[in-house]
Amino acid sequence: MGDQKFPSPHEIETIPGTEGWERMYPYHYLFSTEDKERKTYEENMFWFNDGLHYPEPMYPFDIIWDEAWFLALSQFNTRIFMVPPAMGVDHRIINGNIYITPVPVSDPNEIQARIPLFMERAGYYFEHWDELHDNWEKKMREIINELKELKIKLLPEMEELAVVTKGLGTSSGYELLANYDKLIDLGIRCWQYHFEFLNLGYAAYVTFVDFCTRVFPDIPLQKVTQMVGGINVIIYQPDEELKKLAKLAVETGVADQILGGGTIDNVTRQLESSESGRTWLKAWDGAKDPWFYISTGTGWYHHDSSWNDDLNIPLNSIRLYIEKLKQGHGIDRPLAKIQEERERLVKEYRALLQTEEDRMTFDQLHSTSKLVFPYVENHLFFVEHWFHSIFWNKLREVSAIMKDHGFLNDIEDIWYLKRSEIKDALWDLVTGWATGSKAYGPLYWPKEIEWRKGVYQKFKEWTPPPAVGKPPETITEPFTIVLWGITNESMSAWAKLRDIGDPDKVTEITGFAGSPGVVEGIARVCRSVKEIDQLQDGEILVAPTTSPSWAPAFQKIKACVTDVGGIMCHAAIVCREYGVPAIVGTGQGTSIIKTGMYIKVDGSTGKVNIKR
Amino acid sequence: MEQREKYVLWFQECDLSSVPLVGGKCASLGELLKAQIPVPPGFAVTTETYNRFIEENGIDEEINRLLKPVRPEDTASGEMASRAIRLLIESKPISIELEDYIGEFYRLLSNRCQVPAAPVAVRSSATAEDLPGASFAGQQDTFLWVRGVDGILHHIRKCWSSLFTARAIAYRKKMGFEDTAVSISVGIQKMVNAFTAGVMFTLNPANGDRSTIVIDANWGFGESVVSGLCTPDNFQVNKVTLEIAKRTISAKECFFTTNFETQCVEQHECPPERACNQCIIDEEAIELARIGKLIEAHYGKPMDIEWAIDKDLPAGGRVLILQSRPETVWSGRKCEPVCPPKSSVMDHILAGLLAGKKVR
Repeated sequence: MGDQKFPSPHEIETIPGTEGWERMYPYHYLFSTEDKERKTYEENMFWFNDGLHYPEPMYPFDIIWDEAWFLALSQFNTRIFMVPPAMGVDHRIINGNIYITPVPVSDPNEIQARIPLFMERAGYYFEHWDELHDNWEKKMREIINELKELKIKLLPEMEELAVVTKGLGTSSGYELLANYDKLIDLGIRCWQYHFEFLNLGYAAYVTFVDFCTRVFPDIPLQKVTQMVGGINVIIYQPDEELKKLAKLAVETGVADQILGGGTIDNVTRQLESSESGRTWLKAWDGAKDPWFYISTGTGWYHHDSSWNDDLNIPLNSIRLYIEKLKQGHGIDRPLAKIQEERERLVKEYRALLQTEEDRMTFDQLHSTSKLVFPYVENHLFFVEHWFHSIFWNKLREVSAIMKDHGFLNDIEDIWYLKRSEIKDALWDLVTGWATGSKAYGPLYWPKEIEWRKGVYQKFKEWTPPPAVGKPPETITEPFTIVLWGITNESMSAWAKLRDIGDPDKVTEITGFAGSPGVVEGIARVCRSVKEIDQLQDGEILVAPTTSPSWAPAFQKIKACVTDVGGIMCHAAIVCREYGVPAIVGTGQGTSIIKTGMYIKVDGSTGKVNIKR
Repeated sequence: MEQREKYVLWFQECDLSSVPLVGGKCASLGELLKAQIPVPPGFAVTTETYNRFIEENGIDEEINRLLKPVRPEDTASGEMASRAIRLLIESKPISIELEDYIGEFYRLLSNRCQVPAAPVAVRSSATAEDLPGASFAGQQDTFLWVRGVDGILHHIRKCWSSLFTARAIAYRKKMGFEDTAVSISVGIQKMVNAFTAGVMFTLNPANGDRSTIVIDANWGFGESVVSGLCTPDNFQVNKVTLEIAKRTISAKECFFTTNFETQCVEQHECPPERACNQCIIDEEAIELARIGKLIEAHYGKPMDIEWAIDKDLPAGGRVLILQSRPETVWSGRKCEPVCPPKSSVMDHILAGLLAGKKVR
């Protein structure tokens, strides 16, 4: 970062035509000069753009997860585990982009006072990790069940007679308000659980990373992660299910029907007519919950749909696997090889340590990181994929009611409302329904949403500065260390790219060395998982990001380049497993590289060369 | 034992147990080959060959006679004896049978190098008890770019006669060793015809990281790299995974190569179209690092290695190791734990959190 200077957060100007954008987001997210103390605080902190979680500007509703982690992460540091030098992470928004800053404990006496508390509390979690983790999984399954069972019901012209005969005493209007509140509450609670282990997981991981880089200044982060990464973690399970279904299709002789059957509806109709077809369909249905709740994106945005939202996606992936099987290729993850390679890595790095003390420290930190790291990977499936996928659709049910009542022109318009505004609008709607008068919403919201869409478009075209405010000497908050480490490196690489200007002239772009190896070949740009069926064998996949739902693509490709993601992202992990080079977090790979271009990918140095 | 094994042995047939027969230098080359470390190919002319040469020519009496008047404190007497004995040895013929053994091996070596008469280095390989330290004999008695059987036989005799340098005679007198009991072996080794060459460290000299292997490389012979006359290409290879972590391709202004007429090594300017090209391919860098790892394991410490990629040898066997010595800068430092030991992981995590992460 060196002598890099960043603008003051108060210097950033509003984009012309977006004046008034502030009302789209929680008021306390705004930088402000009105109060002197707050202004000074904001100027002296270091706020960096969380581009890793948010490659796109925030939708007013989607900011819910940002608010959720603002609270959850912070409370665990500050009030629960009493992390001695670190409090929470503060959040702001500029032109639709989230900026975050870690808040340190500045009083040395307070740090000292927090030490024994931290040792006791965090120590307890590390000591009882497995038991607490089992309990966590139980809580997660319960909350997901609660979410599934939450009913968003239409408002009837007249309530059922049962309301009277059972003496219920409440109306559907009240239920709608209450269930909306409950929906939001479940989301926020789920994110409380999200951070129960994450801070400590990161703390252990960061300590191991730090030790490794001190002993081996040249060690790639990739290798440290490989030494602690889970092998049989749950996040791979959706893909495993597809492989099982592909094998079953071949075994039961329905493979050709699936390959040539067209859409999932047609395939289902055909398969229902035979015994073996029905067997396969039963297995297919059995995999849907929970495994098809895997998101096609990161799960952070409402538009990250899941396989269950479009069953043709997993179906097409199964087709890829069936083809592989028919060609006589194995499709299983080379588990034994991965395991062996990981053990070799640990053994060889350990053998290079010079003292008995270092070997002891290495063993301590490695075994703890290995214990906690699977959580870092697994929680994603429970929260961001499974829970979120159901959550977004529940909210679409709310949206459908609002659309029915003329509040919205389209179900997908709801994302332009803050969650508090939805609550207000529902009150408007429900009281109108109750009273038999006309609600105000239809006059207000469609117009406001049109305007917000225009603002959002302008936010999208704007390039946020990587950071604002004053950089500190050190960062002590474990989560930020990981996040900033990744963000900072990619930001400076992206900044370099911006300086080049004309995207048609760029011949080299840089990202993280995600998975080693050098290959050359034809690029195929896939902007979403729906496009992976266009991939030809041996092409280089260029994508905005990938998620476990993209897994089948990795069977075909020679290398992978993504716009977003760090060393622990899905593409990097999977490519390392398949021994395919990957460069992740290039910032603009998909906007510079075009399908058909001949490119060279060096997964050890993180450079993509474009042959022009 | 097959007859020829008494007189000539491929390096790969030698090991530490054959020191009395092939001397320290050839034995250690054999050891390196056994450890899969590729040294330039060649063979040893054994001490038996020397003994038989002395015997066939019946000159040991004569040698003893010439050594008699030597007094340890009188250097002139030693030098006089040395001159006479060396002349005697160098003027005697090598029998047809011995010549056939040596000639046949030389022909096989040339075949392997795909040249009619391979240029070789002829060097003496002393057995441990007769000379103090290998470097003593080695320096003077290496003859480079020798070609053809006659040339080789001629230089073998020169190596043999080096048993009787004035210094060696004086040393044996001082130590009370019997002069006629000593013997000497000669190594015949292919001259490396370097396409590219350079040095390799089995740690990162910049930061001491032992998980890194650093390679400097330039066109031609390694002199340009060793002497610092040019900026070489630089490769950092991960020692654990053998992946290239970093490559820096430099403008390599000059290189050294052989002039075939004079058989001398000359410095040339590098043509600009070649200067900025990567001079070893990635696979070669990885192969070098793999060998570097073997060398480090063989000696049990970080090493400083000279290597070359040979033009003559068949593909797959072109990477050659010329010299290895222990790295001294980082290895010489006191070994301290990077981080003070702690009783629990929590203590490490706490210490890490308190130290924080530097961001500028």
